[in-house]
Amino acid sequence: MRIIRIIACCIGIASAYLVTADAQTPARQSGYQSMSAENKALQDDPSANPALFWLMDGQTLWKEVLGPKQKSCASCHGESAQSMKGVATHYPKVINGKLQTLEGQINQCRAFNQGLPKFAYESKELLALTAFVATQSKGLPIAVDETAVNRVDLKKGHDWFYQRMGQLNLSCAQCHEERAGLKLGGSIIPQAHPTGYPIYRIEWQSLGSLERRLRNCMNGVRAQPFEYGSTEMAQLELFLMWRARGMPLETPAVRP
Amino acid sequence: MSKTSRTVITMPDKAKRGEIIEIRAIAQHDMETGFRYDQTGKRIPRDIIRNFTCSYGGVEVFKADFYPGVGANPMVIFTTIATESGTLQFEWTGDDGYEALNQAQITVT
Repeated sequence: MRIIRIIACCIGIASAYLVTADAQTPARQSGYQSMSAENKALQDDPSANPALFWLMDGQTLWKEVLGPKQKSCASCHGESAQSMKGVATHYPKVINGKLQTLEGQINQCRAFNQGLPKFAYESKELLALTAFVATQSKGLPIAVDETAVNRVDLKKGHDWFYQRMGQLNLSCAQCHEERAGLKLGGSIIPQAHPTGYPIYRIEWQSLGSLERRLRNCMNGVRAQPFEYGSTEMAQLELFLMWRARGMPLETPAVRP
Repeated sequence: MSKTSRTVITMPDKAKRGEIIEIRAIAQHDMETGFRYDQTGKRIPRDIIRNFTCSYGGVEVFKADFYPGVGANPMVIFTTIATESGTLQFEWTGDDGYEALNQAQITVT
């Protein structure tokens, strides 16, 4: 009897979790939808999108033959429009047992296949190349699914999202799930779906990665932010991308 | 900032005589204000674009002065009247010998 009760209880918890995960699905919206008409116009017009120069720089880097092996990205991957189409929708991804973000994989490729030093996080070059690769998947649905390989990392990412942190003792979910759509200091709190990274953030006057954005929030709640390129960061990114699965990728997005 | 940089011009390549055409000119530039300090407390020298001019068939049709308050990668949107087929020349000049040039053709019918 007791065992049955425990099992029933477990099922109850599992279905409650599924219900909360499902309940937000129909109402999911990208930060794009809560932007002003002017900012939307800025993102939609390729000639006015401020990420324009990063994309052009990224294309140059893609073709640039460099390093001891005299290789460019294009020497292995070929035409970016075909080979990179849909790639960004699958990241973060477990590669050789390690969870890799798109930035991490670009650097990995650069170090091992080109024999060059890795780009620094948030450097113009890394942002340019990431944006260029990611924009090849523009409009495609985010395709991060739960698999046997990423299950552990996804669970960790889920836990980070609901983990209270910092002096203000807030979790990501308290703002971006429970209070999404309400206001914080005059700005609408978005649902935190990372649909357009790297983004051009007007506040930054620059392109920036999802990691920069997450660190921004962690600083805001006065927590010790996760390091750039750390496993924790990748796990949180994985959870957020999984949470936004099916939503179209907008890279390069513009945000206020 | 390097001595030159990328620039992009967006404008129609065809127009009717007398038509008002919109021109967008954007230049890649950090626009360092000169009011910021680095981590050691040293002032970062000003490095901005100072002037932008557009000439249409050799005649100056638009000119702008930029100041430290102008953001990075400044974009200028302006209009002119399509008078004759020809070349529009765009020129940006700035601190530290910065100079960028771009051209666009227009056919007026």
